[in-house]
Amino acid sequence: MTTAELIGADPGWLITVKALLVFVVCVVLTLMSVWGERRLVGRMQQRPGPNRVGPFGLVQALADGVKLALKEDLIPAAADKIVFVIAPIISATTCFMSFAVIPITGPVTLFGHKTAMQLTDLPVGVLYVLAIASVGVYGIILAGWSSGSTYPLLGGLRSSAQVISYEIAMGLSLVSVFIYAGSMSTSDIVAAQTSWWYGVVLFPSFAIYAISMVGETNRAPFDLAEAEGELVGGFHTEYSSLKFALFFLAEYVNIIAVSALATTLFLGGYHAPPFLGFTENWLGGWFTAIWFFSKVLVFFFVFVWLRGTLPRLRYDQFMQFGWKVLIPVSILWILVVATLRVLSLQGAPRLVVVAFASAVVFLIMAVNIGFENAKKKKLEAIVDNADAPSFSLPQLPVALTSINVSNNKEGVDRG
Amino acid sequence: MAEIEPLKNSERDLTKVEFSQVDQPGSVGLLGHLKGFWITFSTIFKKPETVEYPEVKAPTQERFHGRHQLNRHPDGLEKCIGCELCAWACPADAIYVEGADNTEENRMSPGERYGKVYQINYLRCVFCGLCIEACPTRALTMTNEYELADDSRAKLIFEKDDLLGPLRAGMLMPPHPMYPDMTDTNYYKGDVTQAHPSQDVNK
Ligand code: SF4
Ligand code: SF4
Repeated sequence: MTTAELIGADPGWLITVKALLVFVVCVVLTLMSVWGERRLVGRMQQRPGPNRVGPFGLVQALADGVKLALKEDLIPAAADKIVFVIAPIISATTCFMSFAVIPITGPVTLFGHKTAMQLTDLPVGVLYVLAIASVGVYGIILAGWSSGSTYPLLGGLRSSAQVISYEIAMGLSLVSVFIYAGSMSTSDIVAAQTSWWYGVVLFPSFAIYAISMVGETNRAPFDLAEAEGELVGGFHTEYSSLKFALFFLAEYVNIIAVSALATTLFLGGYHAPPFLGFTENWLGGWFTAIWFFSKVLVFFFVFVWLRGTLPRLRYDQFMQFGWKVLIPVSILWILVVATLRVLSLQGAPRLVVVAFASAVVFLIMAVNIGFENAKKKKLEAIVDNADAPSFSLPQLPVALTSINVSNNKEGVDRG
Repeated sequence: MAEIEPLKNSERDLTKVEFSQVDQPGSVGLLGHLKGFWITFSTIFKKPETVEYPEVKAPTQERFHGRHQLNRHPDGLEKCIGCELCAWACPADAIYVEGADNTEENRMSPGERYGKVYQINYLRCVFCGLCIEACPTRALTMTNEYELADDSRAKLIFEKDDLLGPLRAGMLMPPHPMYPDMTDTNYYKGDVTQAHPSQDVNK
């Protein structure tokens, strides 16, 4: 029985319970991840991070949330009131929605009902996630626009440009997964990874997805939208109190959501790592949730690690990287993957497949060598031109002239 | 000697001029990037440098500029003579001094004058220590105390009472007369080492 059939039989109350669970899990994960991030970044900078509120500072995020809620809620006079209020709501709701199609566990029993911890299973689940992510951009751009202020507008434009361009690379990186899994439904993709994770088989896709998910979530080193030195707070500069808290929540839920998607598509979802498959039956199948969340947390750790290590990119470098590197590379990769897939599906002999794969590798190496040579030549050309320019120069000081006189081998008397 | 004519550009062999080549750091390879990641990762397991401040107080350097103190002579008389040099030296205009005459009935310091009103405004003070350098009697010095936060402006203007050093062993609370047969010069020379019983007039 597939997951789709399994959860298709869910009664209404079970769906409600699951929706509630997904929501609670998201919020708790967010609170914990805010705390975890601050602690981790702190340790990376050789300081302890928040450790005052509660044991190990665990309640810090909650305390911050309460503090934010008690702050005065300002709406600037120049703001477009309705849009200003709607924008954070869009941001916060959309990021929760993408969690609906993420399979958190395999088949389990919940209140005596056989089901799987996945709210719903769409045949186009991954497309749905991408669509929701795009709607989330509205939150950002509307917030920037409706604030009636310059910095939010610039920040909003920046982050929407960023999110949109990285979404293209992200979408393209997923195509090869679709090709291999033969499905766009998240549960089918997880099921297709029982033997090999796509993070290994389709490593280039995984790498591209990993990079673009950082760009997509506006996180360091791609957090140009919140470049404090240039744009103050970016699109949420004018927001305060709960509305700001919503954006804050959205940012972290988004991180968890893209990490969850990456886990689902590339790291085998709720499946146990190789050789630990027997653990999947522990606790009546609930143990798979632990695998799922540990994988998500690994992604989250990488997010924090990136933030602790890399400086922010310049905007033009960032856009150049997205459009001139990530997108062409993913398109080429899709061509390769599609060809390989068609070859193997049509039962082409192994030799042909291997020959094609090695041809591609050789081609890449040849292009790379040519590229390096051109770079070297260009550098040499620059060194060759290091002579004096041909245009006239200002007069050198007299002192230098007299040195020239003494060095004058032709014996011309200069005085 | 005739005037030196500067060379014309065409006469200079500019192609031979050496342009100094500066080594650029250039781009780091993949390994260089990984090194950065390794640094942040390994730091996680190092001991944080943080001092948990309110519970743990790291001692300051010996000559740290903290709160001021008005010192006393070994018999308890104040060292301050109300000369206002500290106030004049202060770049932040943080000190206010009002001097007054010492009388036989009301003697606070050896010599003619003493500081009647002495205030330091810690909202203005920048802890530069120029007042300490200016003081001719070493009446004003600085302690290592740095916990000077408070919740109102008035509380941060320290009066003479707040600044005066404590009475130590052998000291008597002024006003009281000077040590018998000693002048203010003896005081400054350090000839007075403790109070004389005859000085104890307040008993
Ligand atoms: S330390 Fe400097 S600023 Fe403070 S009272 Fe003395 S002279 Fe003024
Ligand atoms: S503290 Fe020193 S400089 Fe200031 S008034 Fe007193 S004696 Fe003069």
